[in-house]
Amino acid sequence: MKHSVTLDKEKCKGCTTCMKHCPTEAIRVRRGRAHIIQDRCIDCGQCIRVCPHHAKKAICDPFDRIEDYKFTVAMPAPSFYGQFSNLDDVNIVLQALLDIGFDAVFEVSRAAEIISDITRKTYDEETEKRTGPIISSACPATVRLICMRFPKLIPNLHKMIAPVELAAMRAREEAVKKSGLSPEEIGVFFITPCPAKVTADRYPLFLEERVIDGTFSMADIYKRVLGPMKKVKEPRQISKSGIMGIGWARVGGESSALLKEHHLAVDGIENVIDILEDVENGLLPEVEFLELNACTQGCVGGCLTVENPYTAKSRIRKLMKYLPVSKNKAEPEDAEAILALAKKVPEYVPVWQLSEDREDAMRIFMEIADLRRRLPGLDCGSCGAPSCRSFAEDVATNFASEEDCIFHMRERMQYMAGGGDADEYLPPPFRRTDGEESDEKDNDHDDFG
Amino acid sequence: MDSLHLHFDIDGSDFTSAGEAASELKRVLRQLGFPPEIIRRCAISMYEGEINMVIHANGGTVDVYIDSDEIIFELIDSGPGIADVELAMQEGYSTASQEVRDLGFGAGMGLPNMKRYTDQIIVDSIVGVGTAVFMSIKLE
Ligand SMILES: Nc1ncnc2c1ncn2[C@@H]1O[C@H](COP(=O)(O)OP(=O)(O)OP(=O)(O)O)[C@@H](O)[C@H]1O
Ligand code: SF4
Ligand SMILES: [Mg+2]
Repeated sequence: MKHSVTLDKEKCKGCTTCMKHCPTEAIRVRRGRAHIIQDRCIDCGQCIRVCPHHAKKAICDPFDRIEDYKFTVAMPAPSFYGQFSNLDDVNIVLQALLDIGFDAVFEVSRAAEIISDITRKTYDEETEKRTGPIISSACPATVRLICMRFPKLIPNLHKMIAPVELAAMRAREEAVKKSGLSPEEIGVFFITPCPAKVTADRYPLFLEERVIDGTFSMADIYKRVLGPMKKVKEPRQISKSGIMGIGWARVGGESSALLKEHHLAVDGIENVIDILEDVENGLLPEVEFLELNACTQGCVGGCLTVENPYTAKSRIRKLMKYLPVSKNKAEPEDAEAILALAKKVPEYVPVWQLSEDREDAMRIFMEIADLRRRLPGLDCGSCGAPSCRSFAEDVATNFASEEDCIFHMRERMQYMAGGGDADEYLPPPFRRTDGEESDEKDNDHDDFG
Repeated sequence: MDSLHLHFDIDGSDFTSAGEAASELKRVLRQLGFPPEIIRRCAISMYEGEINMVIHANGGTVDVYIDSDEIIFELIDSGPGIADVELAMQEGYSTASQEVRDLGFGAGMGLPNMKRYTDQIIVDSIVGVGTAVFMSIKLE
């Protein structure tokens, strides 16, 4: 599978922080360095967020890519607007994008409004057609998660291209008209809040072919526009989107734009997993539309943003005030054409399948169960796996050796040392006894002083 | 200066168009060279009134008269009317539905803001007949 989250080998200290936070248990630490199990990574960016050494990074495009094209269009994600303090007009941001070298801008929020319009119009038909909710496909990290962990829910995914993909197509058309150049001479670039969208732009989920020429990290573009923004005195009216489109920046934006009652909007990858479990178990029959955001507070919480998600969300709310509800609609024939673009359906990726052969899988499963009984269940991470369970899986599938568990190591050393207590070979948190000290003393915090 | 008259039909069946008339007015006022503060007050008052007509009254009409010394707004709808205008004018009072609240409306601040940003406001309403809102912003 293809990814945009990678490791900077020089910076990684092998500290296991990322491994412990990865929601899909996709990281192992070996020989002092983190390794990403490619098949399991959903590009959610959690590891980038938590790494204390900044060793995890997203591969975006370098800014000078705009020089490869005669005419370039910037497509800011709506979350971009939430990054700036004291901003009261998005036109200032859009003007600054032009000032740093783009020839035009096309807000992703415009396309989002068109998609909301289409979804509103097909909503009743869609909800009737399926059992269970329509699950939003706007967050590629959650789509990937569903594909590997909740395959039963794949048919519930909203069959719809991403707003940025529609934006890219429209932006290119507009640019061709404006410049008289051919489509290949035009470069359309996305300003992304997250690595998941970088991957989805390179390898589209529903579209057959890629339509975006490159992606820039929001943090990178943020630094570039700050200066130019200060120089914008009287911004022109460039923005062509309203509350509904800009609202997609934060959790609840996509679903509230549907103007329906039975929607549920969830943010944060752990909450997303919990809710998907519930939906899979049929626990939320009343939900018709399920919006899932891997990041806290939605895309304003993406790991390539600069501002705290809560701050950004409140700024978005302020920016939306006094805007028209929506400025973009889909004509009926447009709607049909856009719906028809979603040709592919994401497929089940059975990364947790133990073996293709059912009997073999059963055997491995038993072995895992057996191993788990022998492991201490401390999830200490010293073996380089995030939990004793995942370590057992690794051992049973020959990716690790049982000896890698320090408790097993202890027993071996004990044996080699000719018996006696081997507690001393363990780090303090795992020692069963502490030398000669009594139980009473164990509770005495002053001991540390 | 002659009085300039602008007329807007507010479509109550299409919530997604709400707020467009206010942005159109803003564009006109900018073209006419009004100071930013006046434009802001007009835009907010008109916006709140327009949104109210869409959310609470199924649409209506807005007429704006731009005179040399004041800008006058007449918002007329034939919606359900407001039983207790005084109560409706209080901050925080709202009967908005959950769906529009999800989009950030329904704080019960519309009428209070209209009062705050205009120099005069009169709300006339008969239950079952409709609501008329007159506002004036003085120019000096
Ligand atoms: N044109 C109208 N027709 C009928 N009822 C109205 C009209 N305008 C306002 N109201 C009533 O007055 C109440 C208060 O209006 P106000 O604009 O202050 O708040 P709101 O519209 O509910 O919320 P907000 O404006 O903060 O989004 C409304 O909830 C509604 O019950
Ligand atoms: S919530 Fe938004 S920013 Fe976060 S991973 Fe999903 S698409 Fe990216
Ligand atoms: Mg109101």
